[in-house]
Amino acid sequence: MTPMPHFAVYLIHTLFPPDVRRPTEIGADVMMGVVAIWIFVHMTRHHRWGWLWHEWFTTVDHKKIGVMYLVAALIMLFRGGIDALMMRTNLALPLHPVISAEEYNEVFTTHGVIMIFFMAMPFIFALFNAVIPLMIGARDVAFPRLNAVSFWLFAFGAALFNVAFVVGGSPNAGWTAYPPLTELAYNPGPGLNYYLMALIISGIGTTITGLNFLVTVLRLRAPGMTLMRMPMFVWSALNTSALILFAFPPLTVALLMTLLDRTAGTHFFTMGGGGMPMMYVNLFWLFGHPEVYIVVLPAFGVFSEVFATFSRKRLFGYDSMVLSMTAIMVLAYGTWVHHFFTMGAGPAVNAFFGVSTMLIAIPTGVKIFNWIFTMWGGRVRFTVAMLYAMAFIPTFILGGATGILLATVPADYQLHNSYFLVAHFHTMLIGGTVFGLLAGMYYWWPKMFGYSLRESQGKLAFWLFASGFWVTFGPQYLLGFSGMTRRMDTYPLGLGWHSLNVVSTVGAFIMGAAFLILVYNVLWSMRHGVRDQTGDPWNGRTLEWSLPSPVPEYNFACLPTVGERDAWWGVKEAFRRETGADEDAAPTPQVRAEDIRGLHLPRNTAYPFFLGASFFVFGFGVVFTWWIIAAIGFAGIACTLVYAWFDHDEHLPMPADEVRHHEATLGRLLA
Amino acid sequence: MSSIPLEGAVSAAWPEAHTPEAAEALPLEFADQEQSIAITGFWMFLVTDLLIFASLFAAYAVYRPMIASGPSAQQLFHLGPTLLETLLLLTSSFTVGLVVWSMRRGHRRAMVGWMVITLLLGAGFVATELHEFFGDVALGASWHTSAFLSAFFLLVGTHGLHVTFGILWALALLIQVARKGINSITARKIYTFSLYWHFLDIIWVFILSIVYLGGKIG
Repeated sequence: MTPMPHFAVYLIHTLFPPDVRRPTEIGADVMMGVVAIWIFVHMTRHHRWGWLWHEWFTTVDHKKIGVMYLVAALIMLFRGGIDALMMRTNLALPLHPVISAEEYNEVFTTHGVIMIFFMAMPFIFALFNAVIPLMIGARDVAFPRLNAVSFWLFAFGAALFNVAFVVGGSPNAGWTAYPPLTELAYNPGPGLNYYLMALIISGIGTTITGLNFLVTVLRLRAPGMTLMRMPMFVWSALNTSALILFAFPPLTVALLMTLLDRTAGTHFFTMGGGGMPMMYVNLFWLFGHPEVYIVVLPAFGVFSEVFATFSRKRLFGYDSMVLSMTAIMVLAYGTWVHHFFTMGAGPAVNAFFGVSTMLIAIPTGVKIFNWIFTMWGGRVRFTVAMLYAMAFIPTFILGGATGILLATVPADYQLHNSYFLVAHFHTMLIGGTVFGLLAGMYYWWPKMFGYSLRESQGKLAFWLFASGFWVTFGPQYLLGFSGMTRRMDTYPLGLGWHSLNVVSTVGAFIMGAAFLILVYNVLWSMRHGVRDQTGDPWNGRTLEWSLPSPVPEYNFACLPTVGERDAWWGVKEAFRRETGADEDAAPTPQVRAEDIRGLHLPRNTAYPFFLGASFFVFGFGVVFTWWIIAAIGFAGIACTLVYAWFDHDEHLPMPADEVRHHEATLGRLLA
Repeated sequence: MSSIPLEGAVSAAWPEAHTPEAAEALPLEFADQEQSIAITGFWMFLVTDLLIFASLFAAYAVYRPMIASGPSAQQLFHLGPTLLETLLLLTSSFTVGLVVWSMRRGHRRAMVGWMVITLLLGAGFVATELHEFFGDVALGASWHTSAFLSAFFLLVGTHGLHVTFGILWALALLIQVARKGINSITARKIYTFSLYWHFLDIIWVFILSIVYLGGKIG
């Protein structure tokens, strides 16, 4: 007998164990297969592979990378949303659960991980990439190639995580993945390894993004743009990047220790050999709490832009906005223990962290008042972006107030890990982050793509999403009070939980419907959306609106000199004063031909893609502890790095005449 | 509708130094603005790397009493090899300073020579450390033994891997300098390598004081 059949059997049993042969998995397999075939046929028929490769996969242009992040984030929002609907369906039907307890564990784990790491983070980076260099008057980010590396590490990390669903088994220990549950003895199989490798790989990418935007904001600002003249969204990028740089290392260490425990037999978090599971919990939340601010500060930045633009007023209390955001950034590192008040720290420690948590309400409150005062006396326009911003304020106040309740240590002993907590952090993450990201998406969409999203459809999606949100999470506060704990796959009737759960599930499906309308809104607008001819559809205030939409590859033909905050608004005001024009009139900014000089653009390169792919192979090998495959992946990483490191030819010169010609076709060359 | 130029628009090619006079006074790697930005980026990388080590140090400090049935720090550590490692690495930190010093004066052969000496000292450090590690494992003190040893090998091993990576990096740098000479890019790479090497030296001082000396005192 040849060894071949044995090997094949081993392979099939490892890659497709019984728990990935359930109806949901097979359904997902079929759906993914159909979509893949459809994409393949479509791409081949229209000869689009070359376009995909040359225009997108090898690009280092921050604007295109932003688009790719956005597409990925929306796909992941879909996947995470499906997970949420599966959970809600189960909880509405306690007598006839549609998925088993084991599967429920996997679904809430993937829901959390995907929504935080593979939806919120890339969505934030989509907005950073789309507008930060434009807002500070730069031609690109500080390290365009590293920017592409970040994207591909994120993309292949996300791919690795999603492969777990159909190959080998999903992680099932929650998005926090506490040991000892995650130790090999209690959690055999590749599922947890997927979680660890996917987060390590995408975490490297995220760290590089943080580094890149920190240096971009610190070093690439246009002449005259002092720190205190930066738009608030740029401040949020600066603070977020600093948070990323300081918060991701402890996560990497915690994940690495878990991985070593599982694959190399160390004793970091084991129950014997001196291991301490609490060490993981501390390291994880040393990252995890700043992570909360990593995902919410950019939303604060978006809201600051949106409120100012659509109130036709300067942002109220800019200085205090900067100060409070920076204060939140610093305080974020001093609150991590509030995630585990009940896990054995003494009263003194708990009291310290309870107070430090409550302190964060002060700068946040300052910001809320400033946003309200920005609208005060302004001429408010109720666009979709503005609606999300306005819906955010009451939502966030409620979320903040429940956060104060949870920070009160004795109360937390009651509320810990109940549905009250679930409702609280969803209020913050949806009402804060997702509302903010969607507001940013509607606000900057014309700048990114050159056409607007249809407002009426967007408003319908908004009202469904916002009301669905309240219907979903309002009842969950009550469920928490009546003792329902998180991560339950089902519950006995007669506890008074059923009707509230049904209401919550209805709300979740309303949010699902809102997402479908949002997708329809995008698809409809791709064909019929209003083209943005002026580059300034919202009568904006910051520099990105002085550029045409979509923005040319080199961003600025001449770098602007900034004389004040809201630089573009200042130019428009001066123009209105001088010409006596209508108060909404805007000039088309033009440059003199002799001012345009030749410039250098970053050259497209394939190595970030291959680096990501090599990391994927390496990660896949480690997941199954197939060291040969891991070694192949590692060799790929090394070769790509060496190849890239010896390539000094990073720039493509663009002659001045080409820039002039391009500006002339845009009608922006002064004759 | 009439139009006006963006107020006070200036032309500035990118990337370029701020002014030629200011650039003249700066070393090569800082005169080219793009390289100077890359150096800022490298400092940021050192920040995250420092945080990695900070997390590992914190973990080690907590795990040190967790010796289970294995040896304690006091029983295991020998300060002889540690002294040798310290001498090798601290000296190499001095010689890498001479690498940058010779580079800035355009003494390419001296630069290469000091770099080779730096790498030999680094290789001696790695060899001594590996010898120590294999000795520990032969005594049955591996990272399977206890949480203390897991944390010890992870912390000190991560530093050792950094040094090993640094050696490979510098070898590649020598090849690059041989092929392309000293220009603003290679000058920046040598400068950032020196930052990295000094950084590892500082980390080692902490390992020496907290892990080895602290472990011996008990």
